[in-house]
Amino acid sequence: MAQVSKEEIIRISGVNPLKCMRCGKCSATCPSYEEMEYHPHQFVYMVEKGEIEPLLKSADSLYHCLSCFACVERCPRNVEPAKLVEAIRLAVIRQQGQNHLKPETIPEVLDEDLPQQAIVSAFRKYSK
Amino acid sequence: MQKIGVFVCHCGTNIAGTVDVHAVAEALKEEPGVVFSADYPYMCSEAGQNMIKDAIRDYQLTGAVICSCSPRMHEATFRKAATSAGLNPYLVEIANIREQCSWIHKDMPTATEKAIILGKAAIAKVHLNAPLTAGESPVTKRALVIRGGIAGIQTALDIAEAGFPVDIVEKQPTIGGKMTQLDKTFPTLDCAACILTPKMVDCAQNENIKIYSYSEVTDVKGFVGNFRVTIKRKARYVDETKCTGCGICTEKCPMKKVPNEFNLGMNNRTAVYIPFAQAVPKVATIDPEHCNMLKNGKCGVCAKVCTAGAIDYKQKDEFIEQEYGAIVVATGYNPIKLDRYDEFAYSQSKDVITSLEFERLTNAAGPTSGQLLRPSDGKHPHTIVFVQCVGSRDTSGCGKEYCSKICCMYTAKHAMLTREKYPDTDVYVFYIDVRTPGKNFDEFYRRAVEEYGVHYIKGMVGKVAPRADGTLLVQASDLISNEQLKINADLVVLAAAIEPDKTARPLATMLTASMDTNDFFTEAHPKLRPVESPTAGIFLSGTCQGPKDIPETVSQASAAAAKVIGLLVKDKLTCNPCVAHSDEWMCNGCSSCEKVCPYGAITYSDKEFKMPDRTIAIRRVASVNEAVCQGCGACTVACPSGAMDLKGFSNRQIMAEVDAICK
Repeated sequence: MAQVSKEEIIRISGVNPLKCMRCGKCSATCPSYEEMEYHPHQFVYMVEKGEIEPLLKSADSLYHCLSCFACVERCPRNVEPAKLVEAIRLAVIRQQGQNHLKPETIPEVLDEDLPQQAIVSAFRKYSK
Repeated sequence: MQKIGVFVCHCGTNIAGTVDVHAVAEALKEEPGVVFSADYPYMCSEAGQNMIKDAIRDYQLTGAVICSCSPRMHEATFRKAATSAGLNPYLVEIANIREQCSWIHKDMPTATEKAIILGKAAIAKVHLNAPLTAGESPVTKRALVIRGGIAGIQTALDIAEAGFPVDIVEKQPTIGGKMTQLDKTFPTLDCAACILTPKMVDCAQNENIKIYSYSEVTDVKGFVGNFRVTIKRKARYVDETKCTGCGICTEKCPMKKVPNEFNLGMNNRTAVYIPFAQAVPKVATIDPEHCNMLKNGKCGVCAKVCTAGAIDYKQKDEFIEQEYGAIVVATGYNPIKLDRYDEFAYSQSKDVITSLEFERLTNAAGPTSGQLLRPSDGKHPHTIVFVQCVGSRDTSGCGKEYCSKICCMYTAKHAMLTREKYPDTDVYVFYIDVRTPGKNFDEFYRRAVEEYGVHYIKGMVGKVAPRADGTLLVQASDLISNEQLKINADLVVLAAAIEPDKTARPLATMLTASMDTNDFFTEAHPKLRPVESPTAGIFLSGTCQGPKDIPETVSQASAAAAKVIGLLVKDKLTCNPCVAHSDEWMCNGCSSCEKVCPYGAITYSDKEFKMPDRTIAIRRVASVNEAVCQGCGACTVACPSGAMDLKGFSNRQIMAEVDAICK
């Protein structure tokens, strides 16, 4: 897996991890917390430190995030951790080149109860 | 012929770091009328001031230009120096080459060029400056304190002690403010009522203090030393002079289901009420929104039972006008509303409460007589979760950007007192940072942890969910152990952010006192003039200026009082001589200036004029009362004929500056 820089992730996500005041409310509110290897607050901290590699490799973290955006909604500093998770997922997909989700496979993996936002996120998740 | 001296300050590296000060001094030497020009490391130092004084004497200067910091910083310093060397202080001009030049530029050639231009503008103005002499205005030796919480009380007591009359205007039926609702106070844990109520009584008994309770300030006119204030005394339907505070009316009133604001709606009061036992003044008030007699004329029980004959259903709001030399703002704070924090289930569960509600639940005069019981079922809670920073340090738009400052300490207090009184209770405090700067404050917090076994957990609560069994599921981060915790709690206490009282903003408008974006009053200088508003004669006491605990509030309240006393001991105040002046020959009598003057300083009268053709004409012209004029300049802008001009800032002077800049 090729190197992905911290700057690249910040650029894709539009997130400024320096705004984080380390309250941990993102991880406190996360419904997938137990399933994730790295938790939302760790995404913020690790991106800030430039530790992108372990996040790229942590399928457990990337694909257990529901994209429910509870962490975005409740963060008191507008850090938007879910957008970092999303950016890392995107970085993984870009490295895989053409290995995207194919339109014909969408109906079988589509869960109709998912909110719109989550469906769009799900397309990326399912294309791992 | 003008002889002007130019003095360029380095301000250490503040100016000299970005501006070539020597080049500025050399360039300005070439300006017309300049006979002396030099630079110096610190113009405001004694040696720097002596340099100015010597130059004034040696070169017989008729004007001086100081290229230095903002005139708000040192104009007074340099004017004083000039005066002592025999130069009229209004012949000194400041060119601000620090705040408006060196601090905002990075490139030295650009900054130097700008500094020279600013210096040239000041020189152009000095050429047209005339010596001015300041007049005097009298001082009304009476102070007004707006709101009577602990801040207002302390300020009023200190001013009264110094021998000056002081009036407290309080919106509520009693003075005392938020502190009356508190149970114990950190870090010494003395009972709030025990230390506050004697001060309230002192206020009532002090001959110099008059309390206008259940009253509001509705209008403020005038200026420092001479404010004219209108106070609305709301009808309380009880004659204050007759009511003895016996409370029989409150016992007999049939309207018993009014939410009791003193206990934050956790129990009820009657329509005629005395907020609490130690209220000052201890006088009943009828709440017109709930009184049957006032609403539909059916009842009258209180009038029947009142032996003093104090009930008066026909009472009307009354307006009184009073003069004051100084006004102290002490409008205080309130906890924010939590309707934007649904994740904490405050509106869904009675057992999610604010810290102020917790105070009432532990207070002997509260709805549970001091027993800590769950509001939902009246049972003793065994697991309590305290959540810090609810709405504080929040830039998401839901709360407040600032730290509310008092929450860390009162939460430590709540946690400690709970563990002491109910050792079988598990107490959790979720914190982002524990901030305890203050005398004996950190020791206090550590005692909660080390002696009382309060579980302090670094992390925020993400969600509180009411469960079917009546408990609350608290989901939170434990960042140190990198875990997500799920706690079954009986009671959740939210440390809500505090915000300035809603009455503060309209009041600031009345007082022309400035506020910040959070509606806290701005101080004249954050370090050196922390208890004064930039508006002369307006002083700040307590949390209206920023979040504060009680010890800090009392210190600031006394500081404000000291400033007020310093003002009131003066018999006369030196006026600003830079006031408006009307050229009667040019005035066309249109009254435009009179309409825009915020101080009522302009009057019109008919005057006789000898006309060029030797006839006598009677013309209506404006004249300015110099003692009342504050030199705001509104009239000079409004005047269509150019008759109004501001001394020291005449149109000619301003245009000369503009010309110098544009040359």
